[in-house]
Amino acid sequence: MGAEKRTASEKADFKRELTEVVPHLRAFARGLCGRADMADDLVQETLLKAWAAQERFQPGTSMRAWTFVILRNAYLTDMRRNRFRGEYDETVAERVLTAPAGQEEPIHLSDMHRALLTLPPERREALLLVGAGGFSYEEAANICGCAVGTIKSRVGRARSALNTMLAEGSIPKRSIDDDTAHRAILEELDDVAAGQGVAARS
Amino acid sequence: MTSEQPSEKRPQPAVSKEAKGGARDRPDWANGLKRLYDSVVEEDLPDSFKDLLSQLDTKD
Repeated sequence: MGAEKRTASEKADFKRELTEVVPHLRAFARGLCGRADMADDLVQETLLKAWAAQERFQPGTSMRAWTFVILRNAYLTDMRRNRFRGEYDETVAERVLTAPAGQEEPIHLSDMHRALLTLPPERREALLLVGAGGFSYEEAANICGCAVGTIKSRVGRARSALNTMLAEGSIPKRSIDDDTAHRAILEELDDVAAGQGVAARS
Repeated sequence: MTSEQPSEKRPQPAVSKEAKGGARDRPDWANGLKRLYDSVVEEDLPDSFKDLLSQLDTKD
């Protein structure tokens, strides 16, 4: 595919854009895998893959969307190898989720983070993309390689699950460490992976 | 950290699209989710990333 070598200035542009999206990649990765150190490993892996694949990037399109696909696929692969188990990092959560002073905080943000990590991965990523990353449903669908309706339904289910958990305070405590839950997550990953990365293949 | 790409939206809450239903569609945790994401975006980049980015040019 258009496999001409990039000129030096094209490479410089690519690198600048890649550098600009790193903070977003870190935020997405942290939401996906819950641990700051693992998330950063994932982002580094993503950057190396993106750099190696730069000739497949179409200048003028969204670098953030393009790299999110790469990150997502790397996450799914690592998840299968059992590297991530949606582990919850208490220290990071404390630091990251402290509410601004004086602000009314009806819900503990650490509860929210924990609740988020109990969601099935495909719902979690859909909610992260749309509810936190600011992607449209269409963009999120493109990143996940599935239909727009599927994304809408995943976001809807994620939202209602969080509503229930947070309103009733019924966040499963250790469900993500539980073997049954983990097996269920891996099974769901098969479904997620089935539609993997339309945008990355183009 | 601005981007010139037209397709690159500012992290604009997609929630706004659905806000027509009223406050019920935007529960308290929705802000928390956004804040969790934004707080990571705003963190200083660890040196390991700067090192990695500066080494990219030598990888071809």
